[in-house]
Amino acid sequence: MLTLEELTTDYGPIRAVDHVSLEVPEGSVTAVLGANGAGKTSLLRTITGLVRPTSGRVKIEGEDITRWAVEEIVRFGVAHVPEGRGVIAELTVQENLRLGGLWRGRDAMPLREIYELFPRLEERAGQPASRLSGGERQMLSIGRALVGRPRALLLDEPSLGLAPVLVAQIMSLVRRLADTLGLAVLLVEQNARSALSIANRGVVLNLGRVVIEQDPHKLAADDRLLHAYLGF
Amino acid sequence: MTKFIDLTLSGISIGAIYAAVALALVLIWRSTRIVNFAQGAMLMFTTFIASAVINGGGSYALGLVVALASGFVLGAVVERVVVRPVENAPPLNAVILTLGLYTLIVAVAGMIWGNTPRSFPAAFSLRGYRVGGTNLLFTPNDTFIVLVVIGVAALLALLFRRTTLGLRMRAAAFAPEVARLLGVRVGRMLTLGWALAAATGALAGVLVAPSVFLGPNNFDPILISGFVAAVLGGLDSPPGAVVGGLILGLALSYVSGYEGSSLVPLAALVILMIVLMIRPTGLFAATRERRV
Repeated sequence: MLTLEELTTDYGPIRAVDHVSLEVPEGSVTAVLGANGAGKTSLLRTITGLVRPTSGRVKIEGEDITRWAVEEIVRFGVAHVPEGRGVIAELTVQENLRLGGLWRGRDAMPLREIYELFPRLEERAGQPASRLSGGERQMLSIGRALVGRPRALLLDEPSLGLAPVLVAQIMSLVRRLADTLGLAVLLVEQNARSALSIANRGVVLNLGRVVIEQDPHKLAADDRLLHAYLGF
Repeated sequence: MTKFIDLTLSGISIGAIYAAVALALVLIWRSTRIVNFAQGAMLMFTTFIASAVINGGGSYALGLVVALASGFVLGAVVERVVVRPVENAPPLNAVILTLGLYTLIVAVAGMIWGNTPRSFPAAFSLRGYRVGGTNLLFTPNDTFIVLVVIGVAALLALLFRRTTLGLRMRAAAFAPEVARLLGVRVGRMLTLGWALAAATGALAGVLVAPSVFLGPNNFDPILISGFVAAVLGGLDSPPGAVVGGLILGLALSYVSGYEGSSLVPLAALVILMIVLMIRPTGLFAATRERRV
């Protein structure tokens, strides 16, 4: 269980995350929606320690990890797939994948399991990641996050720049990962309908605050709300 | 023809030293995006330490090992104490800082060991090989220099390409934030990168000292040549540093042999200008990322 308690983050005078409280149980997907600048990416960066919160707490399985170093948070089981995918272009596909599990040592997920999920990555294992297409990079970044066998998975705009058919595949995969691996998934998206279609919970952020938290199907059906906060 | 062979072999020998200095600069540049202007002073200081060991009765081998070890420690300390606070500051801060460090180390060395250049022993004979009745300029010590630098470059390549530590170091260098998100302790990797770079520089200092003498300012031209070699090969590329060092060594050897040694510094700068105009990213620059 990933728990956020009154989490608040400021960039100087600007409040990016404003007293956000959320619970993401194992085996569930919480979709965090919002327009540009709503604080979605800042929320994820605060959870993984890339940005220090002004106040509030982040807990995993009840353990307060708020002030831990990024590396320690990751080693405690929080995997963060950053915006833009975070693939290391200079390394090969296989090296990128191995990196995800180095801290786990022998307990890391074998790469063959990742290749079963993403056969395309096995075909390209020896190639530099710079040669991958956008969809392949997304597969690589998610696969790399899984190698460390995380408890919680934070995904920042995984559909960004992908064709609709790939978006559907990625979303379906995220749902499957939550169900089969018992991951607590926090999915930040601008592609609201795709994200809500696989989520257990829908949350809308506006100016860093949670303005709506409800059943994803009701949220997806409420055009007025989506238009008001997401612009469509 | 003998002269050409002589100049070629000498070029390879001095090029190996440029390559070692270039490697030291490249290792730091690609991990922290800092040109370490203090590298020449650091390798001077560790060579003085080696000299103290040898003059105190230690063997050459012991002096070399102590120089490498002290370089390793010096690099780590400089990174943790001096560089770390400005790693996220504007690039000019680091430039000024390494220039200040250069001044400090040179001054301290002068206070400890004096400013008069002194001799430094070579590992092997400085008498040229005799081939077919002709005495070559290339010596057993030159052979040692070339083999040691090739060996160190090979070990570094093995470290970076074949070990998990090397993979972590490369990840920390290429994408520090992503590496942290993958559990890599980036700070430690950067410290280790500086330590390895300074040890490589220390090696270059001990190797070149017999031919330039040992004094607080005697290694400055080596730093300039090492920098040109690093730019020539591509500042991001360790193999490029080695090849750049050898190419520069050969070019400067021919200039020195055929046109006169006074033109060597000018030739180095001309080569630097030509490289920057024709291929600013260097001969071995990484391929550009595919846009998607």
